[in-house]
Amino acid sequence: MRKEKVRYSEIIPKTKQWPIVQLSRDRKKFIEEVSAESFEALKGITKGRSLREEVEMTIYREKARIRANPWRVDPRDEKPFWNKMQQRLLDSSTMEPEEARNEEEKILMEIIQRYAEEISGNFKKNSYRFARTVVTFGFARLLNATRVKGLTSLFSRQLDLDDKIHIVGETEHIRNLARQGTVVMVPTHFSNLDSILIGWVIQFLGLPAFIYGAGLNLFNIKIFAYFMNSLGAYKVDRRKKNPVYLETLKTYSSMALRRGCHSLFFPGGTRSRSGHIEKRLKLGLLSTTIEAQRILYQQAKDARKASKIFIVPVVINYNFTLEAPALINEHLKRTGQERYYQESDEFSSSYKIASFLFKFFTKGSDISVSIGKGMDILGNYVDDQGNSYDANGNPIDTVDYFISNGQITIDSQREEEYVRILSRRIVEEYHKYNRVFASHLVAFTAFKMMERKNAKLDLYNLLRIPDEDLVLDYEEFKEAFKKLRKKVMKLNKEGKVSVAGHMKKKADQVIKLGVENVGLYHAQRPLVLKNGKIVIQNMNTLYYYHNRMDGYGLENYI
Amino acid sequence: MVSKTTSNQPVGVIGAGSFGTAMANLLAEKKNPVLLYARTPERAEKFQRERMSSGQKLDDLVEVTNDIEKVTKSCNVIFPIIPSANFRDMMRKMSPFLRPYHILIHGTKGLDLEMVQSEKINSRNPLTREHVKTMSEVIQEESQVVRVGCLAGPNLAREISEKKPAATVVASHFDEVIKMGEQLLKNDRFLIYGSNDLIGIELCGVLKNIIAVGAGTIAGLGLGANASALFISRGLVEMVHIGTALGGNASAFLGLAGVGDLIATAGSNLSRNYSVGYRLAQGEDIDDIINSMEEVAEGIKTIEIIHALSITYKVRCPITETLFRIIKKEMNVNDAHKFLMKFPFRAEIDFL
Repeated sequence: MRKEKVRYSEIIPKTKQWPIVQLSRDRKKFIEEVSAESFEALKGITKGRSLREEVEMTIYREKARIRANPWRVDPRDEKPFWNKMQQRLLDSSTMEPEEARNEEEKILMEIIQRYAEEISGNFKKNSYRFARTVVTFGFARLLNATRVKGLTSLFSRQLDLDDKIHIVGETEHIRNLARQGTVVMVPTHFSNLDSILIGWVIQFLGLPAFIYGAGLNLFNIKIFAYFMNSLGAYKVDRRKKNPVYLETLKTYSSMALRRGCHSLFFPGGTRSRSGHIEKRLKLGLLSTTIEAQRILYQQAKDARKASKIFIVPVVINYNFTLEAPALINEHLKRTGQERYYQESDEFSSSYKIASFLFKFFTKGSDISVSIGKGMDILGNYVDDQGNSYDANGNPIDTVDYFISNGQITIDSQREEEYVRILSRRIVEEYHKYNRVFASHLVAFTAFKMMERKNAKLDLYNLLRIPDEDLVLDYEEFKEAFKKLRKKVMKLNKEGKVSVAGHMKKKADQVIKLGVENVGLYHAQRPLVLKNGKIVIQNMNTLYYYHNRMDGYGLENYI
Repeated sequence: MVSKTTSNQPVGVIGAGSFGTAMANLLAEKKNPVLLYARTPERAEKFQRERMSSGQKLDDLVEVTNDIEKVTKSCNVIFPIIPSANFRDMMRKMSPFLRPYHILIHGTKGLDLEMVQSEKINSRNPLTREHVKTMSEVIQEESQVVRVGCLAGPNLAREISEKKPAATVVASHFDEVIKMGEQLLKNDRFLIYGSNDLIGIELCGVLKNIIAVGAGTIAGLGLGANASALFISRGLVEMVHIGTALGGNASAFLGLAGVGDLIATAGSNLSRNYSVGYRLAQGEDIDDIINSMEEVAEGIKTIEIIHALSITYKVRCPITETLFRIIKKEMNVNDAHKFLMKFPFRAEIDFL
């Protein structure tokens, strides 16, 4: 039986009117504006360093980076550019002070312009359309070809991508918010697949394209580079940590938000290495939402009617993370003394991704994407009209957060504190929308049981338990699983976590489903059912999948 | 129009007890009009007519009122200084009029205990930090206000009203709140220190009340200055241990709001908590003491709460535990001191 399918119309049917299209049309002018604003900001905030020292340090760090960590995407003229800047800075040291200062500013400006150009996305609406068609149409065909038997299967419309990917939560709400103001989506980040997945979700919901902050490393891979560019990505280079770069990046984001471009950040900054839901967020890009909102209020004729920025948390739930083995090894290597040998990341080549995608569509393992409730930039919930409310249901005027003595004031320390408040709220929401799958809970149960049985071992020894001890009695396992499921259901009732529909089935069924799905495509699956026993085949990945359920205090109920 | 301008905008003080009144006068000294809220219309009317509150003469710029809406709507900066037991209710009353532009700096040195009705605290459902809130947390839970701060330090109300020199700590996560506190309160005999460890500073004020009760018992028994100093030192260690377990930084306890306030309250009969201990040692009954006091001694409620929390978080708090048993009448003061002298505190001095 087929369920009635929801189809969303585009909220702005004319692509021409999309803010991102307008932004890319005057890309050049925009880059100039970003450069000018970053330049002004940087002149103001050199923390106890002179402009000269700041520029010197930037050049030095960039040259060191080029030597130590070159990437395929790096432009060819990098080395000559930085050499030239260094030379000019050297030459200026013999000039008159005023002239030297002028030259320093010019160098700074050139560096900023270079950064702004590099960060700036290159959105093309035609290739967006094309990429979009490829993703939906192509994937849907692949799905039908593999799932529906028969000659005509390639043209069957029986299954669509949304049979595979479930979008749950506040879908109409986010569409409403996108009409009222600027939406900033902040998803959890477990896999490199997230970017493409979210891109698909955005277009499926009929929203105009979002701008993305995507890691420059992804542009090393050709397939990704293509999709990213056409989906409106701008580039974030995590190797560059100098203040000039960071300021330019933040200004880019802030100005795009002010122009009404819906944006997307992964606030965790990088994929979760341990499999935990993000607990600490990177505050840099997040802070641009607060700055942009304040500037919108300042610029509006009537601050009470200024356009608002809405933060929408999104949680992506997989049974399976392609790169889990590499991620968890990296995490363990970082936290433990034990040396783990480096495995190559499963996302390192186009071939590996293609073969993953094939597996993904040919085998049955679903993904769910939970869209959270929209919040203002201090984490207060907003209604469909974008009005904020406090926990007691009283309306809040968000502009009041920026008012001191009756006037909107700029106070960077205050705003830093607001970012912390916002980030705490996002983390809270993540835990709430985290959708428990059978696979997460079986992993959690199995790992906790092993921990219990070997109470004296620390984590690193626990992960190295010999194979013959990695067997759990099924009945015992089922008992523990049922207890935990009860607690999860209670948390769900209290609104503290979400639960997938399949969790309500009979315990034996849920366990079977969970064991079959946890880490489904890994060469070595973390858990298998063998002769009425639960056998753990890989403790590291089991630990990874178990971590997703950490932080709810469940361990006390086993 | 976003809102009114500031010049000569009144400052609010909620609570006309001795500390609230002293603060209202201090604020008025800097030519700020002050709205002082008293809890009943009768009291407000009486104080306003007699120009006296809690035995202190009121500055001409202080207006006493019972109209909470007026105070909240006309003041951007408000100092709530009321007993912790009434704090949450008061915030709920103020909440409809409070906006995110308000700055609230409280001066209440107690904890809030909130439990769902029918909830039983026992070993299976222990009292946790979820149930126990500091006043700044109550403000944020009950209202839209985020710019919150607290006052803490050796601030015996009587001495401040006598215009003797003193200092206080204004703690907040927001620099602008600290600056505001300084701008409104600082004068040539009243110093302001700033701190960003809001929870730590609040806990200093809360926890020192326990030690003050204990120090009162030492004085009441006439055990002398050596015993008193020993007790205060041990008390400080206990404050640091439980304080860090509840979310403060150890360094807060070594500053003016910690050690400073501890020395003042644990050595002065102007302190209510100290008097409670003193009278206990004189053999008075705890219920009689509580009933005879005009203002609340926060220490008693705090002892009960911290005792339960110390069990939950497995922090050894021998002083709190002993005092708990005294106020529960399970132990008399004399035996308590013998017990404390025997108690093996080995690790107690190396706490940093």
